[in-house]
This record gives sequence, C-alpha cells and structure tokens, in this order.
Amino acid sequence: MGKITLNGVRKAFGATDVIPGLDLTIENGEFVVFVGPSGCGKSTLLRLIAGLEDTSGGTIAIDDVDATDLPPAKRGLAMVFQSYALYPHMSVRKNIHFPLKMAGMDPAEAARRVESAAKVLNLTSYLDRKPGQLSGGQRQRVAIGRAIVREPKAFLFDEPLSNLDAALRVNMRQEITELHQSLKTTMIYVTHDQVEAMTMADKIVVLNAGSIEQVGSPLTLYNSPANTFVAGFIGSPKMNLIDGAEAAKHGATTIGVRPEHLDIVPSGGWKGIVGLSEHLGSDTYLKIVTDTVGTVNLRAGGEVMLRPGDKVHVAPQPGKIHRFGPDGKTLA
Amino acid sequence: MATKAYRTAARLMMAPAVIFLLGWMLVPLIMTLWFSFRNYLPLRGGDQGFAGFDNFVRFVTASAFWPAVGATMLVVVSALLITIVLGVLLAVLLDQPMWGQGIVRILVIAPFFVMPTVSGLVWKNMFLDSVNGLFAHVARFFGTTPVEWIIDKPFASIILIVSWQWLPFATLILLTSIQSLDSEQLEAAEMDGASPIKRFWYLTIPHLSRAITVVLLIETIFMLSIFAEIKMTTAGAFGTKTLSYLIFQRVLESQNVGLGSAGGVYAIILANIVAAFLMRIVGKNLDT
Amino acid sequence: MTRSVTTRRKTINTAIAWSIGFVIFFPILWTILTSFKTEADAIAFPPKFLFFDWTLENYSVVQDRSNYIRFLWNSIIIAGGSTILGIIIAVPAAWSMAFVPSKWTKDILMWMLSTKMLPAVGVLYPMYLIFIKLGWLDTRIGLVVILMLINLPIIVWMLYTYFKEIPSEILEAARMDGASLKSEILYVLTPMAIPGIASTILLNIILAWNECFWTLNLTAAKAAPLSAFIASYSSPEGLFFAKLSAASTMAIAPILILGWFSQKQLVRGLTFGAVK
Repeated sequence: MGKITLNGVRKAFGATDVIPGLDLTIENGEFVVFVGPSGCGKSTLLRLIAGLEDTSGGTIAIDDVDATDLPPAKRGLAMVFQSYALYPHMSVRKNIHFPLKMAGMDPAEAARRVESAAKVLNLTSYLDRKPGQLSGGQRQRVAIGRAIVREPKAFLFDEPLSNLDAALRVNMRQEITELHQSLKTTMIYVTHDQVEAMTMADKIVVLNAGSIEQVGSPLTLYNSPANTFVAGFIGSPKMNLIDGAEAAKHGATTIGVRPEHLDIVPSGGWKGIVGLSEHLGSDTYLKIVTDTVGTVNLRAGGEVMLRPGDKVHVAPQPGKIHRFGPDGKTLA
Repeated sequence: MATKAYRTAARLMMAPAVIFLLGWMLVPLIMTLWFSFRNYLPLRGGDQGFAGFDNFVRFVTASAFWPAVGATMLVVVSALLITIVLGVLLAVLLDQPMWGQGIVRILVIAPFFVMPTVSGLVWKNMFLDSVNGLFAHVARFFGTTPVEWIIDKPFASIILIVSWQWLPFATLILLTSIQSLDSEQLEAAEMDGASPIKRFWYLTIPHLSRAITVVLLIETIFMLSIFAEIKMTTAGAFGTKTLSYLIFQRVLESQNVGLGSAGGVYAIILANIVAAFLMRIVGKNLDT
Repeated sequence: MTRSVTTRRKTINTAIAWSIGFVIFFPILWTILTSFKTEADAIAFPPKFLFFDWTLENYSVVQDRSNYIRFLWNSIIIAGGSTILGIIIAVPAAWSMAFVPSKWTKDILMWMLSTKMLPAVGVLYPMYLIFIKLGWLDTRIGLVVILMLINLPIIVWMLYTYFKEIPSEILEAARMDGASLKSEILYVLTPMAIPGIASTILLNIILAWNECFWTLNLTAAKAAPLSAFIASYSSPEGLFFAKLSAASTMAIAPILILGWFSQKQLVRGLTFGAVK
C-alpha cells in the first residue's frame, strides 16, 4: 500500500495551464521530494494528490485503484500543512483525536492511539495545552501526530519546515527522516530548499513550470543532471555555466562545472581576479572574475588565504565537466 | 480549495440568501413600478386604469415638490456639514492623551443608540417645548423670550436632532481612521519643522479624506430617508416635508398610491445614484 | 507616540473632552433623571437637576396603564427573531463566499449590500398590500421577516469578513482528516467563528431594536414593539414628561448597554469595509 500513480495529470486555472500534463509513479514506502522554484506547481501537484483540488485531466491512482474523483476524506492520505493548520480551539489531545473521531473509531481505541502517537513525538506532557501555547517545533509535531494517528497510506508534507528557524529546521529534518525509517510509509515532501531535498529523499522530482525536468535519486541528479535547469538547481552554490568559445572547445553549447570541482592551480587554466571571498573556516567561497569565461564561483575546503583583488588561476577537475547542447539537455 | 463537490455545495448554500434578497428586491419594486404607471386611488375604488407618465409628471410639477427637494437638501447638507466638521474635531480630540478616554467615548457614542422615536419626542418635548422645555427655561433665566422651536425654527430643530444622532457615527468612524494614521509620518513631519496646524492640514486631513467620503455617502443614504424624527416633531408641517416624507404622505395619508409610487421611483433612483458611488469605494476595498 | 506628554496638556485635554462628552450625553442623562421625578418636578422652573424627591411612580404607571411589558416582549422577539433567522440564512452564504469564492462573489456581495440602500418609503405601499394579503399586518412574524430582510446584507457582510480571517488551511486540514462538509462547519468553523458570530448578533439586535420605519407603519396594538409604543406619546393627555422619560429610559437602556460593547462592530458592520 502507498503506491501512487499519476497519468497525464493536467491542471488549469481558468485559461492558464499550470500543469500541462504529467506522468509519475511513486512506489510504496518511498520518500519522494517535489522540488523546484516558486510557482513551479509543486504545491499544486501535492494538493491534486491530496484531493483538495480537482484535476483538469488525467488520472490519479492509489494502490492501482482510480482515486481521481474521490474526495480527500476517502483517499486514505494524511497531510501536514506549511502553517500546521492546527485547530486553535482544541487541545493537543483533541487535535490528534479529531481524525479518529471523524472516522467513527471506538473512543477507547482512539484514546490509545492518541497516547502512543504522543509518546513517539514527545508530546505527552503537552496533551492538554492548546496550540497557541506551544512553540513552533511542538506545533509541527502535533501536526505530524495528527497525521500519523490515521495510519494513512502516504504522508503529504507541504513545505513543513519553512516556518521554523534554521537550527530547529535541521533538527526537524532529521526527525522526519527518522520517522520515515521507523514507519516505512510512503512520504511525499514538497520544498523549495534543495538541501532538504538532497538530505531526505529516496527520489527527487524536479519541477519547472508544471513539468517534470528530471526524476532520480539525489546523487543521480547531482552527478548526472539531465539539463541545465536541473544542473543549476541542485547543488549549492549553483553550478557554474559557461557558454561561448570555452564551451565549444568541449564540443558543447554550454559547459558546467560545480564550484566544488574547481581547483586553484599555480598556472594555466583560467586566469582571473578574486572579486569576493567568504571565509567560513570549514570552507572558503571565492567569486572570481576571469579573463576568458566570465565570473565563476569556487568552493575550497578549509581555509584559503585569498582576498579580493588577488590574482588567481583556476581549473576544472578532469571528468567533472558537464556538457550541454543548444536545447539545454545534457550531451552523452 | 475548490473542488467540484464544494463548488456545488457553495452554490446551494448561497441560494437562500440570494433568493430572499432577490425576492425582497424584485417583488415590491415591480409592484411600485406598476402602481406608478396607474391611477390608483384606494379611497375612490382602487385601480382606475393606465396613467402613462402622468404620475411622474404630476409628482415633479406638484406645488409640494420643489419645496420638498429644498427641505431635503437643507436637512441633509446641514446635518452632513455639522456631523463631519464636528466629527473630525471630536475625533482629533479623542485621539489625544487624556484620562478616562473610554468613558468619554461612551458619552459621545451614546446618542447613536437611542431609537429615533425616543430622540424625536424627548427633544421636542423636554428640550424644545416653548413652555416647559429646558431651552425655554434657560432662555427665561437669561431674560429672553423662549423660542418656539418646532413652529418658528422647524428646520433648525430637525437638523439639531438628526445631527445629534449621527455625530457619534461620524466621530467613531473618523476616530478609527485617525488611529490608523501612521504616527511615524507625523513625527517625521515634526522633525521637518511642521507646526501642529500644518501637520493637521497636510497630513491628517488627506488621510481622513477616504473616511470622510465614506461617512458622507453612508450618512446621505440614511438621511435621505429619515422618517421617525420628522413624524415625531413637525409631522411634515411648517415646510419640513422632505422628499421621503412627502412620498409617505401621498401614499399612506392622502392615499394616492399611483402618485406616491411615482415619487417612490424617484427616491429609489436617487438613492441608487448615491449608492453607486459608495459601492465603488467598497468594491475597491474588497479587491485588497 | 511614546513621548511623555506634559501632565498639564493631559489635564486640559481631559477637561475639554469630558465637557464635550457631558454636553453630548446630557439629553440622555436628563431623560433618565426626569424619569424619577414627579410630573410637577419634571417641568419645574428653575429646572431641578439632582435634588428633588426621587420616585418610582412613573415606572409603575407606565407599566400599569399601558402594559409596557408587552411592548418590551415584542421588541425582544422581533429583534431577536429577525437576527437569529438572519444568522441561519447568512452563515452558509458567508461560508461559500469566504471559502469557495467564484468570479461572481464580489459582485453578489456588493449587490446584497446595495439592497440595504433601498429607501423604505419607495416600497411602502406594496409591502403594505403584501402584508394584508399574507395576514401579517400587526403580527410579530411579519416584522421578524421584514427586519430580517433589511438587515440580512449587514449580517452576511459581517460574517463574511469574520470568516475571511479564518485560514482556509485549517478547514482543508479538517477535510483531510475525514470531515464531511457538515462536520467541518460544525466542529471547526463555528467554534472558531463564535466571537465573530456573537459580534454580528450584537450589532444586529441593536439595529433591529431601533428600527423606526417598518415597526411604526406595519404594526398596531398587538405587535407593536417599543419604538411604536414610544410613538404613542406624541399625542398625550396632560402632563407627561416624567412618564415619557420613564418609558424612554426603559426603551433605550438595554441598547445603550449593548451599544457600549459594540463600537468596533459598528465600524466593521456599517462602513462595509471601506474604512479600516
């Protein structure tokens, strides 16, 4: 259970085709991340799967059963919203109990499930508080608790960490991954943060303007991006993309080298001057204005003692140059 | 948010409200329209046939028409001026630091919650009555003859009562608007050397202009149809028949329904014109 | 502004504001005071302000001779009934406009508001005929219906603004949790909207209680609420200031108290959002 298949799914708002037509299969137990820039349709896609919006075309199947016309309540899915969407007038206990009440579950059994979900999420001491009295991270956990307790076929997460501060985000990221490891249920996770995508996903779906650019494991997308869009989206700082004569030398319209695959060499390579330098101690980021290939970003491990204005030579590591054709697609 | 099932449900849920209001709009309106084109005199046997545009012409050529228009304009414009000017000043005053601001607000707001029949009768008898009213007592105290307010100064009386009732509304709305004025703007102007009066004129008043317009339009709509205040005081005598009251009398008191209905049509058109302006502002706000 | 204001300035402001407030409130105060005077004291010259023989005789006379309680009861039923009826019709309508808006929602809302601006006098005779036909003349049910109709736009409008403040995600979460439409409205929306619904009820009871056109023209002895009852004092016999004051005080007291709590609602409900 928990296999979701999308066939030719289309969504139009009025005259605008937000999702022109999309095919995707999510296997049972996978942690799939939808990632892409703002407005690429990832949240819309999630809501289509949830049943909160109607499709304009195509079919959605859950465990090979057509669910396209089923209302959200009947799809057996649970969703964690970006703003958590907790019921402010109910205690934590009642919040988590609510879906079970809607399902008409025996109150004793329901109470048991609420207690065990609270234990898993460290919420037992907060059960009688109202959401307004909780911190962001605690509210996040209540939202997850409310989803877990339904024992759904799949969990849907809509940018759940974007309202948390940086430190909390790292913690919760790990908690969600651990949750997936213990529950082994399918999870579909939407985010614009490619770090979350890379660290949490079994499979990443990169979306752009309603279409899938590439589907693959994090490392596949990192090592073998299908086109310039994916290449530029995955990896931070962005891959350096270079057109013109230098690209032609490699038989491509555009070549790409990741900042971490550029080395500082004593001579040869590309000559340039350091424009900006950022020293983090663990890494050094340099923005270099070259003579021949424009501005490139370079990432070096440890401390590199270069400052703005210094002259430098950089060269790509062999085998780490990506070649793209005129349509942006990767050349074989 | 919108799935087909929900959209259908939504349409069903809106239906009762829409149907009731549609019925309320159409049925009486169509009847009024119908009557306005007929010679309808209930005391003389009822419907006496098609009247064409006669009623419409007779209504505006009747000797009572232009005086009624004048009366309406006098009452409405005066009450608007008084309530808005005093309202602005009161609103500015209430925005100042003071003790017991909450109590002052209650004192100032109270008249709006007095029902018009009470306010009409209380003012007419206990204040304006030339024999026993408080104003008469005060006049006698100062040795002057008391004024026969209702008889000699009927417009002043009505305008006084209406303004007293609506000043709280204007003040409350304008105070709400003033309190939304960014204090940083005023401080910046102060640092630029603007005096309090200049700050008031160049910053506060323009900010208030939106609220003033809204107060103006809403008060106009409601003041065009004031009824109880007139009925309780002058009953339309001494020249105080406003357009609304004229129509009322034609319909219920002199029982010329055709003529009264024609007048009603005029009143509805007039109200709609004012409402159109108000709705434009409301519509702009709904978009935000 | 967090600057410290001179005590002197504060005192001046307070003095001016309290004086003006007192002047504006004076007619109401005078009415309340006069209701406790004898008729002779009520018209006495020089006027007696606080020092007179306080008496309750006016209140008992008003009740005994004209059965004030019946009119009070009519006011309660008509104001309460029209408000509750309005709420029942308006809640679903406001729900759909706030949570499932369509491209016509704004126009429908504005049209509803515009029906409130219809001058009552323009449809007086048709309503009179309709009421006679339906047997509603001088009945409480007739007034409940007509007052509901004239206030429905405001009730819908106010509920709409309060509902819009509820994040639609919470209702979606309820849907994902398996709630049907009925459950969603019952268990999630209504509890969250209770303050807004209460405010709307408050303002509308006030507006219905104070209505002075239809209540005067479509009622006689049986269904007349307080507004019409007071109107009967326009042709009194003999001295009557103190009795008028007593009747008036009883008629306006409940609303003055309710009005104290409803200032914010007034702004929201009667300016149709054009002023924030």
